[in-house]
Amino acid sequence: MSGTVTTPMTENRLLEVRDLTVEFATEEGIVRAVDDVSFHIERGETLVVVGESGSGKSVTSLAVMGLVANPPGRIASGTILLRGRDGAVRDLARLDHTALRQIRGNEIAMIFQEPMTSLNPIYTIGDQIIEAIRLHQGKSGREAFARGVEMLELLGIPEPARRMRSYPHQMSGGMRQRAMIAMALSCRPTLLIADEPTTALDVTIQAQILELIKRLQSELGMAVIFITHNLGVAAEIADRIMVMYAGKIVEAGPARAIFHQPRMPYTIGLLNSVPRLGIDRAAQHELVAISGNVPSPRDLPSGCAFHPRCSHFAPALCDGEIPPLETSAPDHFVRCLRWRDIAQQGSSEERR
Amino acid sequence: MSEAVPLLEIRHLKTWFEAGSGVFGRGKGHVKAVDDVSFAIARGEVLGLVGESGSGKTTVGRTILRLIDPTGGEILFKGTDIAGLPQSALQRYRREAQPIFQDPFASLNPRMRVEEIVAEPLIVHDIGSGRADRRQRVVEILRLVGLSSEHMSRYPHEFSGGQRQRIGIARALAAGPEFIVADEPVSALDVSIQAQVVNLLHDLKRRLGLTLLFIAHDLAVVEYISDRIVVMYLGRVMESAPASELCRSPKHPYTEALLSAVPVPDPDRKGKRIFLQGDIPSPINPPSGCVFRTRCPYAIADCAAIEPQLRPIGDGHEVACIREDLS
Repeated sequence: MSGTVTTPMTENRLLEVRDLTVEFATEEGIVRAVDDVSFHIERGETLVVVGESGSGKSVTSLAVMGLVANPPGRIASGTILLRGRDGAVRDLARLDHTALRQIRGNEIAMIFQEPMTSLNPIYTIGDQIIEAIRLHQGKSGREAFARGVEMLELLGIPEPARRMRSYPHQMSGGMRQRAMIAMALSCRPTLLIADEPTTALDVTIQAQILELIKRLQSELGMAVIFITHNLGVAAEIADRIMVMYAGKIVEAGPARAIFHQPRMPYTIGLLNSVPRLGIDRAAQHELVAISGNVPSPRDLPSGCAFHPRCSHFAPALCDGEIPPLETSAPDHFVRCLRWRDIAQQGSSEERR
Repeated sequence: MSEAVPLLEIRHLKTWFEAGSGVFGRGKGHVKAVDDVSFAIARGEVLGLVGESGSGKTTVGRTILRLIDPTGGEILFKGTDIAGLPQSALQRYRREAQPIFQDPFASLNPRMRVEEIVAEPLIVHDIGSGRADRRQRVVEILRLVGLSSEHMSRYPHEFSGGQRQRIGIARALAAGPEFIVADEPVSALDVSIQAQVVNLLHDLKRRLGLTLLFIAHDLAVVEYISDRIVVMYLGRVMESAPASELCRSPKHPYTEALLSAVPVPDPDRKGKRIFLQGDIPSPINPPSGCVFRTRCPYAIADCAAIEPQLRPIGDGHEVACIREDLS
């Protein structure tokens, strides 16, 4: 299959995921980790995917990369349209391994939470960057080395030529994360997928890495899908935010709208459950915990998957059918049958 | 705060590890994980201990619990120094000072039922008369942490992360301790679950009159639960102050940078951010003078020569920095 499609995708759109469902075969039957997810990303844009364990946020990104291990996983349905450098739109869900390899690393790159698991401990940083560049861009060894040094320099790594000869264990966590980003960006991808890239780092290093990603994004003009559970990090870098819960998108919209006019009770709950730093004690809201537990994808509640934990739960309504994703404002979507009532209640006590 | 004897006080605590012992060892020098740390915790107080990885905050907690032997200094619990006591003499202290760990997946024995896990401290410390009485106590403790008696016969793997942390808290409370060392008790939990556990600890502290040493890297959570905060860097205390004072007007350049690095869940916030250069130096060979000077934007020549001492600047606020013009 060529994977080339003719379905129209607007000019500025880099990636468009439509009705994506990813399933895993387990001993207890089929588990739907991602359930009918649709989203898009424009060129140069940053989309932050917020979710907890089991929300499907990581599986969504793995599906885009063509990295869902099959078996046990498979893309059960949906299309993943990517506009290539050549301008052609391809459906990644239908490409074979060889074609995907061309795109992975070259047009889409990914960085992970723990750099040690993605770097090979027995090769130097330089070997690994050079391999990526030669594999995807067919450059000579010398050219690739020069390019690697240039990338390390771009990432603010001191003495880049010497660092090319370092092994991963000789570097600190922050340096390793930079080296991994250098490797990921060495082929100038148009889309970077970052899965919790700063979660294992200290806050001072996290601040450096976030700043770096922002800077590189504007310099290289790439789009970023950034996956995190940290709302502070999301606020820092997002253009748009997509909140996932139990395999579904439950709210999506511009960052400012998500933080100032959240509509889905889960999003509201998340915002109310994190303390704010350094504000007046009197202004500090009381921490309102979301009750209950994150549901297991093996055993999802009926209707809205959030209903057993929701303070706005309406019996016979919320546990009935699965709510559709509705438009609450331009470019703002919410999956809640009661969002209008809740918004009305909320507007009398509008958040800051 | 009264001037009474603090429940716990450490004075000039040092915990050093031999560097590079073992197969690849060069047998040179020490890792000064904790180097001359002093602070006190009043009865009923929550002291937050913050710092990045390598700051020594976890080692302080473990040394206080005597899970690691101190190299020097004093650990005064109700006025008695327990730093030098042999393990055999620590039985009573172990009943009064209990740990809560970060990882509720690793710190509960997977082969024990919840009842056995929570009853174990009762048996070890010979609390309760017989099985029925202990069972009654276990039921009460479980209720206290938001679990019920029907959970008693289950195994840890049957619980979610938040519930497992509740079991860990129940075990810590079983022997009726006065003092709890909680090391990153919420950082392994999902965001929506963290607030549940923070609120539970807060509530238990009030109801049981507990004293807490709360060790964590998440400054917003630490500020929320703590009365006072101590900031560590490379084995030393940089600053200590009442929680809101420290977070709103930090005086040490490190605290200032650390606070400015915390991402705030508000896309409109435009706070100035101080970027620290590089990484935390090796604790085997820390910088001379002030250990923070290599990354400090305000460092002057004297910072390499003088080891700053904590100096009081009023209202229970102390800072270890020779740049008096900054505080």
